Amino acid sequence: MSTETVDSGKRSVGELISSVAQQKLLAFAGLIVLLVGFSLASPNFMQTANMIAILQATSVNGVLAIAATLVIIAGGIDLSVGTLMTFCSVIAGVILTYWGLPMYIGVPGALLAGVASGAFTGLLIARFRIPPFIATLGMMLVFKGLSLAISGARPIYFNDTPGFDLISRGSLIGYFVPSLPIPNGVLILFVVAIATSYILTRTVLGRFTFALGSNEEALRLSGVDINRWKMYVYSLAGGICGVAGILLASRINSAQPAIGQGYELDAIAAVVIGGTSLKGGQGTMLGTIIGALIISVVANGLRILSVPQEWQIVVTGTIIIVAVYLDILRRRG
Amino acid sequence: MSDIILETKGLTKHYGGVHALTDADFVLRKGEHVAIMGDNGAGKSTFVRQITGVEQRTSGTITFDGKDVHFAGPIDAREAGIETVFQTLALADDLDVPDNLFLGREITRFNWLGPFRLLDYKAMREATIAGLERTAVKIPNINNTIQNMSGGQRQCVAIARTATFASKLTIMDEPTAALGVQETAQVENIVRTLKEAGEPLILISHNMRQVMDLVDRIVVFRRGRIVANLKKEETDGQDIVAYITGAKTGAEYEGAA
Repeated sequence: MSTETVDSGKRSVGELISSVAQQKLLAFAGLIVLLVGFSLASPNFMQTANMIAILQATSVNGVLAIAATLVIIAGGIDLSVGTLMTFCSVIAGVILTYWGLPMYIGVPGALLAGVASGAFTGLLIARFRIPPFIATLGMMLVFKGLSLAISGARPIYFNDTPGFDLISRGSLIGYFVPSLPIPNGVLILFVVAIATSYILTRTVLGRFTFALGSNEEALRLSGVDINRWKMYVYSLAGGICGVAGILLASRINSAQPAIGQGYELDAIAAVVIGGTSLKGGQGTMLGTIIGALIISVVANGLRILSVPQEWQIVVTGTIIIVAVYLDILRRRG
Repeated sequence: MSDIILETKGLTKHYGGVHALTDADFVLRKGEHVAIMGDNGAGKSTFVRQITGVEQRTSGTITFDGKDVHFAGPIDAREAGIETVFQTLALADDLDVPDNLFLGREITRFNWLGPFRLLDYKAMREATIAGLERTAVKIPNINNTIQNMSGGQRQCVAIARTATFASKLTIMDEPTAALGVQETAQVENIVRTLKEAGEPLILISHNMRQVMDLVDRIVVFRRGRIVANLKKEETDGQDIVAYITGAKTGAEYEGAA
């Protein structure tokens, strides 16, 4: 007998268009405005090479944002995606460079490390009831510390693994269409986005991800073992962080143990700009990709216009606040 | 084969030192509609939570459909044929009608894929439409998410689950507490449809008029105990209130405080 039920029952027909769709449209319009604006401001912006650079820059953050989207739709939050990514790239470094094993072991090994780490984080949240914010804040530091400890706080280079850099920097598309040298990293981003989008909309895991964020108690009363499914969500997110770790390591041909912290904020920003509700239960991968593109386009465009980096950060922060405020306005209206 | 669908003997639940439910003996026959009444904290919801397996009883027995049962969780109770419309509705606001009807028991394909098994949207949609027709529940657009629905429609969705899954016993926990007049009438009509179909029902309600309108028998709880078991024809609102407040206690329940 909640009064909330009654209040929210009186919604107007206009709101039948899902709020996620509205925010996605808004984000997409924003992206177009930015592209047009920067093109007018600088002739160097709308060049194929620059567009590819933007896409390449989006690939790692985009994949991380996809992981964050899954967790946020399920009603959680994941602050550990950035350092888990680093941890996975260090694991790749250990397997490939320290142990000298081939790529077909090193790459799955790093992904598996991501899945296992995500499962552990999920265990903390589901079984031990540690709030997601705290659990993933803790794990953010744990992964960071482990990365530094395992690598001796030094970068691990992949010079002995020829072809590793091609995972991100090679271009399968360019091989077939030489005029369109889109790097594999971008291709992988879109493959991950489509796969997770499919999982979200077509599989039981996706259904329960939305249900967890929408009404966890309802799912429990429906007889679903919510702890187990929460762990699945965090495990999948962890595996996707592993993909990001491989992408990043491949792009710079090394595992850099000191980076990673801060990436989670860019990822969460992309999720929010893309219209995924931080309350959970709503969200799309397409929105997140648009959000990640907006962040990259702003960073790239401002750089081309020679705006100092300090001010780029200020602008990104402002965009996040504006995006969330528009979301609030829309919900109120 | 007896005509008793549900029987509890000495059903007791303690939360630590709190005796939420003590020695509840309760019988429900096939096709019968029974109301459970009582003040807040009288043990009504606790009673329901033991039957539906949401919680584990401290002691006592539950016999359902001729068998002693120990439900490990709500899914067990539901598989045995007990459908519950919870007070909180247990609906996911961001999902649509078929999604909610099938929450936790999705029809799937490629089950070997485990968590990644595919949802069979078409089958679930068809079963939803059939279930809504059976209960005469009218929902304009089943693709609508729950958050865009009125309170009455939400309640109807929750109740329609029962019909969709052909249960043996339906339990409703204050189904109209948050509803307007028209919406309440709509829900009460569904209850009558269930009665005509011979579906047994346990209705928890504070609404005296509704109880007198809908059910055959009224069981009153007070301070964790059953204090009265009244046929509708042999009682009236004032009488029931006397039992609820403690002014009266049923002859067979003397000493039950």
